Amino acid sequence: MNAIFYISAAIAVSSTALAISRLNAVHALLYLIVSLLAVAQIFFILGAPFAAALEVIVYAGAIMVLFVFVIMMLNLGPPAIDTERRWLTPGMWIGPGLLSAILMAQLVFVIAETSAYPSGYHEVGSHAVGLALFGPYVLGVELASMLLLAGLVGAYHLARHDFRKRDKGDA
Amino acid sequence: MDFLWLIPALPLAGFLILSLAGSRLTRPMVSAVGVGSVGLSAMISLWVTAAFIDQSPVRHVFSQTLWTWIDVGLDVAQLHLSVNFYLDSLAVVMILVITWVGFLIHLYSVEYMAHDDGYCRFFAYMNLFVAAMLILVLADNLLLLYLGWEGVGLCSYLLIGFWYKDPANGYAARKAFVVTRVGDTAMAIGLFIIYQHLDTLQIQTVMARAAEAWPAGSALPLTVALLLAGGAVGKSAQLPLQTWLPDAMAGPTPVSALIHAATMVTAGVYLIARTHVLFTLAPLAMTAVAVIGAATLLMAGFSGLVQKDIKRVLAYSTISQVGYMFLALGVGAWSAAVFHLATHAFFKALLFLGAGAVIHSLNGEQNMFKMGGLRREMPLVFATFLIGAASLAALPLVTAGFYSKDLIIWESFASAQGGAGFYAAALAGAFLTVLYTFRMVFLTFAGPIKTPVTHRPGISMKIPLVILAVLSLTAGFVEIPKTLGGVHLFSHFLNGVFPEIHITHGLEQIEWIFELVSGCVTLFGIFLVYLFIQRAPVLTEKLSGSAAGAFFNRLWLKGWGFDALYDRIFVRPYLFFGRLNREDIIDSFYDGLAAVGRAGYSAASLTQNGQVRTYAFGIALGAVALIAMVVIL
Amino acid sequence: MVTIPVSHGLLLAGLLFILGLLGVMVRRNIVFILLSLEVMFNGAGLAFVVAGSRWGQADGQIMFMFLLAMAAAEVSVGLALVFHLYHRGHTLDADAISKMKG
Repeated sequence: MNAIFYISAAIAVSSTALAISRLNAVHALLYLIVSLLAVAQIFFILGAPFAAALEVIVYAGAIMVLFVFVIMMLNLGPPAIDTERRWLTPGMWIGPGLLSAILMAQLVFVIAETSAYPSGYHEVGSHAVGLALFGPYVLGVELASMLLLAGLVGAYHLARHDFRKRDKGDA
Repeated sequence: MDFLWLIPALPLAGFLILSLAGSRLTRPMVSAVGVGSVGLSAMISLWVTAAFIDQSPVRHVFSQTLWTWIDVGLDVAQLHLSVNFYLDSLAVVMILVITWVGFLIHLYSVEYMAHDDGYCRFFAYMNLFVAAMLILVLADNLLLLYLGWEGVGLCSYLLIGFWYKDPANGYAARKAFVVTRVGDTAMAIGLFIIYQHLDTLQIQTVMARAAEAWPAGSALPLTVALLLAGGAVGKSAQLPLQTWLPDAMAGPTPVSALIHAATMVTAGVYLIARTHVLFTLAPLAMTAVAVIGAATLLMAGFSGLVQKDIKRVLAYSTISQVGYMFLALGVGAWSAAVFHLATHAFFKALLFLGAGAVIHSLNGEQNMFKMGGLRREMPLVFATFLIGAASLAALPLVTAGFYSKDLIIWESFASAQGGAGFYAAALAGAFLTVLYTFRMVFLTFAGPIKTPVTHRPGISMKIPLVILAVLSLTAGFVEIPKTLGGVHLFSHFLNGVFPEIHITHGLEQIEWIFELVSGCVTLFGIFLVYLFIQRAPVLTEKLSGSAAGAFFNRLWLKGWGFDALYDRIFVRPYLFFGRLNREDIIDSFYDGLAAVGRAGYSAASLTQNGQVRTYAFGIALGAVALIAMVVIL
Repeated sequence: MVTIPVSHGLLLAGLLFILGLLGVMVRRNIVFILLSLEVMFNGAGLAFVVAGSRWGQADGQIMFMFLLAMAAAEVSVGLALVFHLYHRGHTLDADAISKMKG
């Protein structure tokens, strides 16, 4: 059963790598959704079913769908793909790639020293999560709701101006 | 006698009043303060002199301490100096000369500088000069003397460059200051050595301790004496530091009269006379001083013979006469040197003031070849000028210059340290003196009028001329040689200060021969000049036209080429290095620091290019660096 | 029972995070930058959950939930801004929205 974790991990990593390197936005988004689903599987294996469900429903189901909607509303078309090809030269990967490699090496160095304690030994179900949410973390819940309110208002305000005053060039 | 301190203090107060409040005073008040302070000082010095003579056996000294200046008593070094005025017979002579000649020149300047905008400034500087000079001669210790020394140097600079709007005057002033500075540095080093070895700077104590501690002829007194002589050479414009004096004639004529004829250039002579014990301990130094004096008097005499500017003739004449004083000091004729100092002050100041009257009346014309015929136009000036010239040329029997100069000429031969060489130089110098002096007189006052006289001098200029003329005639009678009467008031007066001069035995008998020779030389010289200039000017033309004549004419006109020499040796290399360092190295260092800062700023501002991805890159870089630090350290 | 060593889970989370960082640095299109940002969020959330699972507590999942809320708010506002940029300059170039001269 451990193999499932490693297979899911491989899927997640490869689909993420593909997601960040595609030219077509929609393709990239779809690859990202695959990655998210793989990560949700990992959550499930680790005994966190609630997190897995949230990952699928909220992250892959809402956020990524929002991305897809926006891309489609932008209506980019083939010229966008050519532009992407122009912008994404192989040479662009060298510097950031090097930096990321160094960072990865450091992370490996640091993490490898931690203990090999097994995780996923216990399942932490929705019941426990709910108790915690209404218990010690109730304040956090309120804060998160305020954050969502802010996001809601902001998005509404920005979007409203965009459609009404598009031609006046005002924001 | 307790009023001794007033003598330098009054001119100093005059300077302070004029410099602080002068712009608010009217012209008459400025004159009153400027002339009055020196005049009062002159009166008080007469009174002090009377008290001094009254109270004394000849070795009498009077010392007045004003306050303690430096009082350092550590284990490693002790220095106790006070502002202390020391009055002995030498100082008496000096203050009389300085204050009275100074007063007469101040009186003269009231009219001479009447049309000048810097009237108040002029009197302020002149007062400061008199104060500094008086401090110099009254000083009890070498540091106070050095204070006065530097003070007169400063005032000389200020007064030579008085008409500062013309850059040439500023150049002359700077030249004077820098050249005398060379001498001052030598003197300072001498003071350091004295203090280091003798632990004191009080003059009398120095001389007493030196006489005990240093054997005669050893290296220490020789070094110290040579260094002090170096300072004197600078201040008194002797070889090799004489180049500044002819150019110093750029200042107003009263300045030339006071500073460069009567007082400042004699400060060197005073210094050597004051520290005479140190010199007697170093016979080689005395010989050096005598040689310098002899060489200078000859060299300046030749130069004075071909000058065109009347003031430059007088400048070279001053250099030459101070050379006589150095010669006298060098052969041990201390009181003779001081005697000549006093008489020279009178007749040289008279000559300068007379020349100033001529220049003033001719509206600034200084070229003698453009003057002439002033004998009838300005009779009083002519008479006084003639008296001064006669005194300078040592006309026998009637003039003060005869007695003082002849004493020197005689003693340069007869003294134990003198000799035939010095005598020959002195006599030749006397001959030259006659030549250039009367050349000057004939060119200026005889012959046809070449430049018309615009106005005649007033009473304020005439009185000093007359008084100085009288002094130039009579001041010599205090020291008459034995063959003519034998009056030795002066040398007896100075007996308390100086040791007796040693005349080589057996020579006293033939003193009269020497006097006769000197007298004849003078008369012959006058006749020669009369011949060449008045009667047969074609001879002069032919002489200067010949190849040798033209060469010497050019050479002597430029003062034997010393200016050109110093320019080559010192000025040009210095300017060369100055130009090399035009982008000043030290300045560039600090500019470089600023440039590094600016470069750093430019580099740092490159990171703010507004690109999101660059910023993301920066964040990632930071994360890498921080983790690396945590991991490694 | 499936047990995974904690270090492996954390390594996976780090790898996903770094891949997201790489995407942010490399891509020039704003939408792709936001996308890569989401990847980074994902990686961070994975790390939280792994840690919570190691200790057998609900805290990891709760943090993950808050992270999700934050990502939702950020994405909605961010995409609205992308709209504005597109309608202003008709470009999605991240380099073009700078007015600084460096």
